[in-house]
Amino acid sequence: MEKVRTNLMLCAGTGCVASGTAKVKDALQKELEKRGLEKEIKIVLTGCNGYCAEGPVMAVYPDEIFYQKLTVEDVPKLVEEHFLKGRPYQKLMFKEPEKKTAIPMMKEIPFFKHQVLRVLRNKGLIDPEKIEEYISRDGYQAAAKALTQMTQEDIIKVIKDSGLRGRGGAGFPTGLKWDFASKVKSDIKYMLCNGDEGDPGAFMDRSVMESDPHSVIEGMIIGAKAIEAHSGYIYVRAEYPLAVKRLHLAIDQATEAGLLGKNILDTGFDFELEIYLGAGAFVCGEETALMRSIEGKRGMPRPRPPFPAHKGLWDKPSVLNNVETLAQIAPIILNGSEWYRSLGTEKSTGTKVFALTGAVNNVGLVEVPMGIPLRTIIYDIGGGIRKGRKFKAVQLGGPSGGCIPEHLLHTPVTYEDIVATGAIVGSGGMVVMDENTCMVGTAKFFLEFTTDESCGKCPPCRVGTKILMDMLTDITEGRGKESDIETLEDLGRDIIATSLCGLGQTAPNPILTTIKYFRDEYESHIKHKWCKAGVCRELTTFLIDEKLCKGCGACLRACPSKAITGEKKMPHKIIQDLCVHCRTCYDACKFKSIKILPAKFQGDPAELEAVLEKSKREAE
Amino acid sequence: MPRLTVGDLQKIKEKHKAEFTLREGGYRAKVTVHMGTCGIAAGAREVMTALLDEIANAGIDDVIVTTSGCAGLCAREPLATVEIINAPPVKYCDLNAEKIKEIFREHIMAGNPVEKYALVVGCETMY
Repeated sequence: MEKVRTNLMLCAGTGCVASGTAKVKDALQKELEKRGLEKEIKIVLTGCNGYCAEGPVMAVYPDEIFYQKLTVEDVPKLVEEHFLKGRPYQKLMFKEPEKKTAIPMMKEIPFFKHQVLRVLRNKGLIDPEKIEEYISRDGYQAAAKALTQMTQEDIIKVIKDSGLRGRGGAGFPTGLKWDFASKVKSDIKYMLCNGDEGDPGAFMDRSVMESDPHSVIEGMIIGAKAIEAHSGYIYVRAEYPLAVKRLHLAIDQATEAGLLGKNILDTGFDFELEIYLGAGAFVCGEETALMRSIEGKRGMPRPRPPFPAHKGLWDKPSVLNNVETLAQIAPIILNGSEWYRSLGTEKSTGTKVFALTGAVNNVGLVEVPMGIPLRTIIYDIGGGIRKGRKFKAVQLGGPSGGCIPEHLLHTPVTYEDIVATGAIVGSGGMVVMDENTCMVGTAKFFLEFTTDESCGKCPPCRVGTKILMDMLTDITEGRGKESDIETLEDLGRDIIATSLCGLGQTAPNPILTTIKYFRDEYESHIKHKWCKAGVCRELTTFLIDEKLCKGCGACLRACPSKAITGEKKMPHKIIQDLCVHCRTCYDACKFKSIKILPAKFQGDPAELEAVLEKSKREAE
Repeated sequence: MPRLTVGDLQKIKEKHKAEFTLREGGYRAKVTVHMGTCGIAAGAREVMTALLDEIANAGIDDVIVTTSGCAGLCAREPLATVEIINAPPVKYCDLNAEKIKEIFREHIMAGNPVEKYALVVGCETMY
């Protein structure tokens, strides 16, 4: 018999695969064989570990050592040092960006320390392509319990009592949804899963489907029993090839093991599950549009009521739950509603997964108890802002959400508190922005997305978003009018009030929140033709403050259009006719000598300080 | 995989328990085989293999084996440290395959440190 003494949990999520997991795995395998260690040390390919920025990453158990940025070249030394001689290889161990000292133990890394894993309970711990590994972590025990010991009412009661709310964005109570559908009489009902994750920068659901597909399937089996459905679909976008592959594999394995199909676990309950590939349209994340898409029609929403609980897919009663919601179900059934409520707040219970991206040091996937302040997520888990820059705003909820400024960073992450700021919790995208971000440009970025993705069925959304988009373009290119801000707000509120579905009803949020918290930036764009962050090219003039310039030449070398001249150790100059306003010099200068001024600034550079001082006073 | 029944789920879980003990923690005992250059030269590899075989044959899943570098007393290699939860660690010296098997039976399984092979009990002073 062979005894495995060490497990190497090598991340094979999309992020790490892109940075070279496959090659590292081959190299590890070869090196372990060369050292005769292949039988006692086992490589396990896991789903997304969450720490994508530093991939490929690997956790070593039982040692609890965490390696990052693995390369093929490092493998021989790593195997020799750690796996042969037992000395953890310092060079590849996790280092806190601010400190530079190696902290090896996983539970000591701030990124992991503040998290509580429920949805991501199996992340990095199991091989998602092996059903035995999921079962070994209590997998399908909850389905077995629901099918053998619980009635429909029992299941619905536990989920209702747990306070679980839909993690897709709207936060509708899951138990209530199931309750509605269970009470409708029909011979055919459908249990559906929404895997049409589409917010820019969000990857929570992809990660769950990739790293723990069986948890979604198990949640669906329990939901199917609760509403008495015998068939279901997982709607997932075709742009998620790895998620699709692992879901297919998981469904095949579960079917073979009698966990899907006819007579599940010999309990007499039937549930057939299929995957439906979406084409990546944002609007298909809306429930009625998603159902039309599965029916083979063009994905467009329809007015509600009737709600899907009465007339859903093919006009049959249907329940649609988000991937993350479904992954929460099994532990609630096993541990009870009280256990679930032990984390979070009264109205927002349990945990929520966030895709933390943007200007933070630790980009990745995090799961935290609801009610935790935004600041803890950004500064403790996220490790603060990159390059020591200043925080400006955090964007929550993607194109449907809004930007939250620094003075609201104490806001607890709950459905109610976040809505009070004007943003939404949404599906969990969290984009952190630093001082170099233009907030008008940010609003424009999200509007561009919703304008593109608007399905065109209702005029407020189709026409309204286009008008908003045109106005934002004008403002960022120097054609803004003083009345624009008011028009943006009025039109935005009208679009919210009159659009048919969630896409239009939330599309103006990025504009409204940026006007609410960063009105001065809009005003400075419109009145002074000045983008202070230096992002909107038409609204900037770059000048070198000769008093601060040390003549180091860093900007001169970085400038792509050779617009900077100057002798060594003498103050440099920007030739305005050649400058393309790309801001490269601004980022290259270590002495903060490059100043961003309004468009076509004609003043004497000697008056720079006076101009800057005046604008500062105005802002205050 | 054949069709499963409710009882099978538990069986599968039991079967994989040892590996998940490695990943999740919760082990009862940990054996560190010191595998510095000195240890390897003195035969630590055989000691390690013998220990892994014993654990596998006994079919237990709450003992983990790990390696570490030179313990400092190269003259008495191969060395191994046995730590049972809630008991001070015991360092054994001058090991070979037979000795480690005896330590496995007596100390790890029965809980009685094997005095004749033991070097020290406890840890060195740390700052």
